[in-house]
Amino acid sequence: MARVMMYKRFERLWHWSQALLIISLLITGFEVHGTYRLFGFEQAVDYHVILAWTLIGLWVFAIFWHLTTGEWRQYIPSSPNKIVAMARYYGVDIFMGGGHPFHKTRQQKHNPLQRAAYLSLHVVISPAIWISGWLYLFYASWAEWGLLSLSLGAVALTHTAAAFAMFAFLVAHLYLAITMSTVPLGNVKAMITGYDDEEEEQTLAQN
Amino acid sequence: MRQPLLYIVLLAIAATIGLPANAEAEGRTPKPVVLKGKGEQCVEPTDVMRQRHFEFILSQQQGVRIEKYSLAGCVECHVTLDEKGAYLSIDAKGQFCESCHSYAAVSIDCFDCHESKPEAAVSKEQTFTADHTQFEVLQKPFKSGPEVTKACLSCHTEASKQLHKTKHWSWHLTHPETGQTLGKRHVVNNFYGSVITNYERCTSCHIGYGWKDESFDFTSEENVDCLVCHDTTDSYRKFPADAEHPPYLDQPFPKSGKEIWRAPDLSHAAQHVGKPRRKNCGACHFYADGGDGVKHGDLDSSLANPKQALDVHMGTDGLNFSCTVCHSTESHDIKGSRYTMVAKDTHGIDVPGRDDGSRATCESCHGATPHKTNPHKTAVADKLNEHTDRVACQTCHIPYYAKGGVATKTRLDWSTAGKLDPDGRNLMIEDPQGQVTYTSKMGDSAWGENLVPEYAWFSGEIRYKELGEKIDPDETIALNTFKGSHTDPDARIWPFKAMRGKQPYDAGNQTLAIAHLFGDNDAAYWKSFNWNTAIKVAMDAAGADYSGEHGFIETTMHLPLTHMIATKEEALGCDTCHSRDGRLSQLDGLYMPGRDRSKLLDLIGWLVVLGTLAGVAVHGIARLVFASKSRKN
Repeated sequence: MARVMMYKRFERLWHWSQALLIISLLITGFEVHGTYRLFGFEQAVDYHVILAWTLIGLWVFAIFWHLTTGEWRQYIPSSPNKIVAMARYYGVDIFMGGGHPFHKTRQQKHNPLQRAAYLSLHVVISPAIWISGWLYLFYASWAEWGLLSLSLGAVALTHTAAAFAMFAFLVAHLYLAITMSTVPLGNVKAMITGYDDEEEEQTLAQN
Repeated sequence: MRQPLLYIVLLAIAATIGLPANAEAEGRTPKPVVLKGKGEQCVEPTDVMRQRHFEFILSQQQGVRIEKYSLAGCVECHVTLDEKGAYLSIDAKGQFCESCHSYAAVSIDCFDCHESKPEAAVSKEQTFTADHTQFEVLQKPFKSGPEVTKACLSCHTEASKQLHKTKHWSWHLTHPETGQTLGKRHVVNNFYGSVITNYERCTSCHIGYGWKDESFDFTSEENVDCLVCHDTTDSYRKFPADAEHPPYLDQPFPKSGKEIWRAPDLSHAAQHVGKPRRKNCGACHFYADGGDGVKHGDLDSSLANPKQALDVHMGTDGLNFSCTVCHSTESHDIKGSRYTMVAKDTHGIDVPGRDDGSRATCESCHGATPHKTNPHKTAVADKLNEHTDRVACQTCHIPYYAKGGVATKTRLDWSTAGKLDPDGRNLMIEDPQGQVTYTSKMGDSAWGENLVPEYAWFSGEIRYKELGEKIDPDETIALNTFKGSHTDPDARIWPFKAMRGKQPYDAGNQTLAIAHLFGDNDAAYWKSFNWNTAIKVAMDAAGADYSGEHGFIETTMHLPLTHMIATKEEALGCDTCHSRDGRLSQLDGLYMPGRDRSKLLDLIGWLVVLGTLAGVAVHGIARLVFASKSRKN
């Protein structure tokens, strides 16, 4: 075991600002959807648009960072066997006191299920939100762009569906992040300070 | 004893002389500084005027104020000039009326309607190069309206020819798109039905003289009424029931009524002509269909001298637009007719010389993207500008109509007309607010103020139900319908005043019916209260077939709203419509954020979110349970 800089400065900045933006977008988004009244529709739309552009800007930096640092490899899916092992751990072994089948290293900081979850976040939920949101925002330009067969209802419902998926992801993510560390709030602290314990490579091989 | 008595005497002297003098010198009891008027003596001694001026200038004997106490006379003597030599309003700060009224905290409402400057100032302000008082042809007594017109035509040789080409004169047009024959001579509405056989009364709003029956000569030049639009003295009004003529002798209307219609001094009116003011257009358009505000809801006498809060363009405390600023006019043809409306002006700002010069749409001055970025709401201006292709400016900028203190009629039920009191006299019932809710002549009425418009897609094309068209009497008949839907790129969401009611129809032929209401003959409904004869006479005159059998049908009529534009602060906010039960909750066929959702998607979505929450909760609790068990073991 060794203390290493697991999450770099940009990564942490990206993570926390994205967390703040996504939560704010959920709050304002569901108001625009008509679920409740908080800021008033007009103000909620305004916040939502500003937050969305900010998040898009952040994503541009994050994509650049992932590509240039090679960190994108963190999301390459693991073999199905490993995913099953991880699922078996969360589903059965964790209650029986069994050991975690995966150990975090600088090179592989996400367990196989995390990889799958984050990958689906990055390639399914986020693009769905991003594309539907952009179309929503530029509704007035559809005719100009030749998108005559598109319906606002379909775009809006896609956006809403993706928002529900994001919300569900957030719930599960918070649960796992807060409760799955060996020391209380260990993962959260690591995400703030960047330092986490790294275990030896071979411990993974034992499982 | 002597000394106290002396004190009392001294005190009494001080109280009567000394103290007021002192106080005035020290300014402890401020007094208004009242400007002195022209001349030696007012129409009554000063103390009498102070006590009773409001009685003198009030209408004496219902509408007749004798010359001696004319309000214009007050203004003439008491008005003052500013340092540049321009007349100040008599109710402006520090001026004659205001100085006392502000001191006494009594509001002045005379000048809400009356001119607060002398006539000379008003005509000077109109920047004309011709002073009509100097024209010899006008310096003579005129016996009738047509005589005045003849004098006008001696210089303005083409004026009547121009007017003959307008709808204001012909009350007739063939719609260029639908081919329908329209205009007041033809359409049927649910106020008085039709002008046919009711000309003598209805044509008091026609710009001519003498239209009392079908024989009216539409080619007569001297029968064009110049004064009704160009009089600036407010003395010229057409008598309501004399085939378009003004009263040539003072007389009451109605005949048994108390309101006296004064004969105007035609020579004086002719010498004081000018561009049409709001009051000129309003003489008909404010009082359409029988009274103030009755028909339109967005046009009534409150717009004669409105505040900006009532209409941001016409407000006298702001831009003070007359009607013709927007309803731009060429050769007496006034733009902005409802019969051929531009519901969406894609042309944008009209540049002089390049465009047609019409200012009758909002866009012709404001363009299609008028909303400026608000520093507190960065993204909203863009979004609002993107709404202008589908939402008419009026929809958000006329939040309420009939908001100037004048009610508009919202329902008229002719089926209840004809009830008389036990002595066989006409009934008139008023509600506690003084609104007439029943008359024998017209039946039950309902009125409204500060009303929320109804909304519909509208591309500018209105189709009117014609007299001969078959109708289904079991349904509510829409007397006019609007082309447009959310899939029609030329249509926008527009606000409307809805007028509902019950009116007679031909039960045998299943068509609309019109009736002869007004006239000095027994066939007129208002004389005999016999629908069958009244309908027969009117239908015959219109060339329509009448089966002899009548009933009553429920009808609606919708009038697009374009006046009483609110200030931008008062414009509707987004959530007026973007909410579950907002103003547009009835508008089908389109998805509106905040209003619409898929209930199924919402259900699935919340099940997923709450399911995840429940899942992690169960997982967490299970972990705690197993952990405590293993610790025990």
